[in-house]
Amino acid sequence: MSDIILETRGLTKRYGGVHALEDANFILRKGEHVAVVGDNGAGKSTFVRQVTAVEQRSAGHVFFDGQEVNFAGPLEAREAGIETVFQTLALADDLDVPSNLFLGRELYKFRMGPFSILDRKAMRDRTLEALKTTAVKIPNVDNPIRNMSGGQRQCVAIARTAAFASKLVIMDEPTAALGVQETAQVENIIRGLKERGIPMILISHNLRQVFDLVDRIVVFRRGRIVASLNKDETDGNDIVSYITGVKGGEPANA
Amino acid sequence: MSTTTHGLGGLKYDPSKKARAPEWNVFFALVGIILIFELVGRIVMGDSFLFNTRDNVDTLFNQQRLQIIILQVSITGIIALGVTQVIISGGIDLSSGSIVGATAMIAMSFAQVAMVNGNPNPKAIFAEQGWLDLPVIVPVAVGLACGALAGFINGALVAYTRIPPFIATLGMMVTARGIAKWWSKGNPISFPTESYAAIGKGMMPVIIFVSLAVLFHLILTYTRYGKHCYGIGSNEQAMRMSGINVEKMKVLIYVIAGLLSALAAVVLSSKNLTAQAGMGVMYELDAIAMAVIGGISLQGGRGSIIGTVLGALIFGVIISGFTFLKLDAYYQEMVKGMIIVAAVVLDQWRQKSRARG
Ligand SMILES: Nc1ncnc2c1ncn2[C@@H]1O[C@H](COP(=O)(O)OP(=O)(O)O)[C@@H](O)[C@H]1O
Ligand SMILES: [Mg+2]
Repeated sequence: MSDIILETRGLTKRYGGVHALEDANFILRKGEHVAVVGDNGAGKSTFVRQVTAVEQRSAGHVFFDGQEVNFAGPLEAREAGIETVFQTLALADDLDVPSNLFLGRELYKFRMGPFSILDRKAMRDRTLEALKTTAVKIPNVDNPIRNMSGGQRQCVAIARTAAFASKLVIMDEPTAALGVQETAQVENIIRGLKERGIPMILISHNLRQVFDLVDRIVVFRRGRIVASLNKDETDGNDIVSYITGVKGGEPANA
Repeated sequence: MSTTTHGLGGLKYDPSKKARAPEWNVFFALVGIILIFELVGRIVMGDSFLFNTRDNVDTLFNQQRLQIIILQVSITGIIALGVTQVIISGGIDLSSGSIVGATAMIAMSFAQVAMVNGNPNPKAIFAEQGWLDLPVIVPVAVGLACGALAGFINGALVAYTRIPPFIATLGMMVTARGIAKWWSKGNPISFPTESYAAIGKGMMPVIIFVSLAVLFHLILTYTRYGKHCYGIGSNEQAMRMSGINVEKMKVLIYVIAGLLSALAAVVLSSKNLTAQAGMGVMYELDAIAMAVIGGISLQGGRGSIIGTVLGALIFGVIISGFTFLKLDAYYQEMVKGMIIVAAVVLDQWRQKSRARG
């Protein structure tokens, strides 16, 4: 079996006339942590949405865990083992922490179709467990998350991803809205994933963080992948030259 | 984490404390309104609003008034239960009153007796077909089926054509009222069988309302359906990303609202022993008002059945209170209207203060 967990070939997404993503050839190996960087509008989130089937791609192929996949929607991607923290948080503000963690994969006491009875205690217990292993501190998990700070909400989304992580984790700018302490917490969660051998795609603007956490850096520019660099062979200035287009006029394979 | 202070007003928010349930505010409002009527009653009328003042009865409360308070809101209350889950999921249903009209007419025409005082029933709709003296299950099933169908159309329009719920259910409101009038060419339908008449007899509407309230409280609190109602009203996109079939859920939500309207129609026509095309006019607004007064946010995602039941009780108390003070019905409507607006303003204000905090 190959050691590639995710591969895209010629992945393309157009919104009407906007070429948001063009011919993206991307490879992620098992256990590998890769950062995706690029200016705003470079197509990073678009790339994530095609891989996770939140949107249907315009062209190209996606291979996951050894086979070509055509997920019908985000649920299928998740069931295949891809856990994602989207840039716009996929949280329901009026629900409490356990309900958000288990959104769409609730635990039941008794099954009766839509009227299946929730096992609220089991979900709450497992939520506390998940928060403990990720070291995320939420004072009262029974409150609607609406009342929590941006950082706490982000931590709920990240705890959800980390708790259910199986084959691949994707995080789209997980620390963009966070303070110093909360950022450190998220970075610890990411290190924990690395230790568990779970591969990850981290989208971030924070180059310090990127160099701290990942093995390889992939640069997006204007919808194209323009560079894929091992951390040891590059530095901040080099990356910035690719991001801004000083270097790397030619499309590259990642 | 310790208490944090936000903004200029220095609002304190301690995230480790569970916030007081908003239902308590509605409850206090209910108690306040009762106290006002009690006070005004004692001063102006020289009589108690809620307490028993007659010597020949030895109960603490005025039982009769208590019964009337809840009886007069239980039929719209049944509708309000359905409307509550629609609003929690971010929708609105303007068609409930018209569905009551249409299903009352249709159900009643399957509930008629063959003979009235020894003569053939002069009002029989299906005399030719001989569909008379049918077992009570038939009109009830037909009525519920009509309600479910209307709800299904509402839900399908909202979910799959993306017409705003306001417009989709407004269409149903007009159409269903048309059906109610067309069904018997504007004539009332009367003379139901005894078993049909038993459904809404005496305190039956209250029993039905209270049992359904308990059932829907359990459904909204403990089942996936309930959780997803709140989730959809809170963040539809997030629900989709979590793999929830939002469209199917919406159809189901409106079907259940339609079923409850139909049930209200059955109870109402049974109670009145007749069905008329104008039945249920404005019920949708009363039901929405009960929910809104009960703290159900029109933005979706927030509220509970307990709130709606309290909202219904506030309604009942106001109507009874005005009758007790011998004030004209006009004043009732005006006060009702003002309370509805106040409830919505309060909700918006709560939301803003939350966004600031
Ligand atoms: N739903 C959409 N409809 C039209 N254009 C879009 C849509 N989503 C993204 N785009 C465009 O695609 C490009 C890439 O966006 P995005 O993937 O969000 O960039 P990034 O995440 O790298 O900041 C941008 O030009 C953006 O305006
Ligand atoms: Mg983005």
